[in-house]
Amino acid sequence: MKTFKMGGVHPEENKISNDAAIQVVPVSAQMVVLMNQHLGAPATPVVQKGDKVKVGQLIGEAQTFMCANVHSPVSGTVLKIEPVKDAFGLLKPAVHITVEGDEWMDTIDRTPDIKRQCDLEPAAIVSKLKEMGIVGLGGATFPAHIKYSVPEGKKAEYLIINAAECEPYLTSDYRVMMEHAEEVCIGVSILRKALGVPNAYIGIESNKPQAIAKMQEMARQFEGIVIEPLKVKYPQGAEKQLINAVTGRKVPSGKLPIDVGCVVSNLGTAFAVYEAIQKNKPLIENILTVTGKKLPTQHNCLVRIGTTYNDIIKHTIGELPATTGKVISGGTMMGKAVVNLDAPTVKGNSSVLVMDGDEARRNPEMACIRCGKCMNACPMGLEPYLFSALVKAGRTEEVQQNNILDCIECGCCFFSCPANKPLTDEIRLGKNRVRAMMAAKK
Amino acid sequence: MNLLNISGSPHVHSDESTKKIMWRVNLALVPALLVAIAYFGLNALLVSLIAVASCVLFQWLIEKFILKVPTTVGDGSAVITGLLLAFNVPSTVDMMWIVVIGALVAMGIGKMAFGGLGKNPFNPALVGRVFLLISFPVQMTTWPVVDGIFPMNFDVATGATPLGAFKEGSLPGVTLMDAFLGHMGGSLGEVSALAILLGACYLLWKKIITWHIPVSFIGTALIFSAILWLVNPEQYMDPLMTIFTGGIMLGACFMATDMVTSPMSKSGQLIFGFGCGLLTIIIRNWGAYPEGVSFAILLMNSVTPLINRWCKPARFAN
Repeated sequence: MKTFKMGGVHPEENKISNDAAIQVVPVSAQMVVLMNQHLGAPATPVVQKGDKVKVGQLIGEAQTFMCANVHSPVSGTVLKIEPVKDAFGLLKPAVHITVEGDEWMDTIDRTPDIKRQCDLEPAAIVSKLKEMGIVGLGGATFPAHIKYSVPEGKKAEYLIINAAECEPYLTSDYRVMMEHAEEVCIGVSILRKALGVPNAYIGIESNKPQAIAKMQEMARQFEGIVIEPLKVKYPQGAEKQLINAVTGRKVPSGKLPIDVGCVVSNLGTAFAVYEAIQKNKPLIENILTVTGKKLPTQHNCLVRIGTTYNDIIKHTIGELPATTGKVISGGTMMGKAVVNLDAPTVKGNSSVLVMDGDEARRNPEMACIRCGKCMNACPMGLEPYLFSALVKAGRTEEVQQNNILDCIECGCCFFSCPANKPLTDEIRLGKNRVRAMMAAKK
Repeated sequence: MNLLNISGSPHVHSDESTKKIMWRVNLALVPALLVAIAYFGLNALLVSLIAVASCVLFQWLIEKFILKVPTTVGDGSAVITGLLLAFNVPSTVDMMWIVVIGALVAMGIGKMAFGGLGKNPFNPALVGRVFLLISFPVQMTTWPVVDGIFPMNFDVATGATPLGAFKEGSLPGVTLMDAFLGHMGGSLGEVSALAILLGACYLLWKKIITWHIPVSFIGTALIFSAILWLVNPEQYMDPLMTIFTGGIMLGACFMATDMVTSPMSKSGQLIFGFGCGLLTIIIRNWGAYPEGVSFAILLMNSVTPLINRWCKPARFAN
């Protein structure tokens, strides 16, 4: 079975929401749609206060290169255009919509029919990805039309679809594979066509045997789709590690996957691509896992982007348990703790993970005993203990010389530290200082 | 609504802890302790208890009255130092007070002077042991003779260790099997290779140590002594006898592998073990002392920061 070669850890998997079918969360009375739900500059609002909008209508336009279109997830009237605090407490420009009915754009195909045939040329596929506001749904929300426009002089050889879902707790990709295997395969075929590569490889961790079987069966009906079962090891789904596992290639320091002929997209992105290209449906929905050890019920749900965390909680588990200590957007290894539950969801969100107070508590930090566990766990071959010491001492030059910018912030070091040293926190601080130092030198 | 914790990722942690690691090392030392009691009787137990109690007490006193920090004796590291110190001395009545001085040096100078756990450049037990060897040369080389199993008398006869005898020009005086099981004179915890290897296997299984240091240490000693033995079997000791006598087993499995004072990368650990093995054989054959493990490890401890600097782990993206 394939895997990446260096480092890695095996946190408790906790895929307790595996069997919860995707349920639809009702639309809230008021929705807040952020204008930057993607990596890059915010989209520019193209509606005004008082405008009537339909589901799927363009409300934020990408006017710079690194940007993505934003569409209305609901129908109704624009209440105001005003910044709001996002889930992590940062002010973001947003369009507020008072919901009236559920009227969709006529162009969107809402029939349940599955459409396999795609006659678009690669360039047309890419421009439609841009039009539909598709971004990478693995977490980084990189605009898809930029990723699938291979730069001059570079050549794509592999398309890799990340369905490893190596993060503990998360099951949304698993549910999509179980319930929408055909649509996913069509989406993958479209992306393969856009890139002009012979094969697409879908990497799935072997703790999902049913999904592997289902996808293998479906992939037989398609040309050039290979299912790659992967060893259960975190971070199997990290871009560089996944490329290493599937192709044996290594993305050099500071380079992009395309530099070694690879393009990696998340499984959820492939599903969104299917809906965008075949059904004309912009990216207006998220598939989220609502999970936690102490929750009475486990859920996977389809929500309109712009629904607040509180509304999702209300419609799934009812209310947060009194002992809740932390709510995480994303997985337990790389997800971010949510500050503001009144904030709306955005593209790329994958979960509402509720942790109990005890589970969320950090143990007191002790002295480093130089056991080397952080070093052995690091999938990038770095020395986290050294960063910790150098960052504390303010030795930013040396931090840079030890290649801190290679760090992918997977959290393996802090996870494995027996002294509970917050290594990943210190490394983030170090990376920020190094970037600031490099910017100052320019 | 209660306040949410908003610390950074990762939000889960392995169930490893420093405390767990330290107590597991202590557990791994138990077989060697039991063998010591079996061969050397109650003396071995008393010396060990006194050494452990003094190490814990000195750490507590230093933390409470000199450093004025919350005590960390519960983490079990002082117990390891105490056990290892006891394992490195003969199990004689004299040792019952001498080892207290060793404990003070080990904890005070070897460990707490540098700031406590994780900060010491040298293995504290070895610092204590070498201090005693230099300060009490007679008592530190007066070895009780192993006389059956579970001897109960305190005033046992004394004799030479296999290494000591060999240094004086006579034969080691034990069979290879005796040396492997520990039926010979020597420091109380280092005699039985079998018991030590048992503990080492447990540490390997629990992933507290890796094979790199023990294998390169013992392997280097084995190969180097084999070469010498092939050149002149009259003058140099049999290579298997070399690794089963003296402190090589205990040193390679429990003291050279001390996380704090050994290199962190695999390649660094191989160099470290190689250096320990090489220096041990050099000191044994051409030095003043019959045994060189303690000095070899301390010398290699001193270059650990340099090794860490040279031997970086292989980078993913290189």
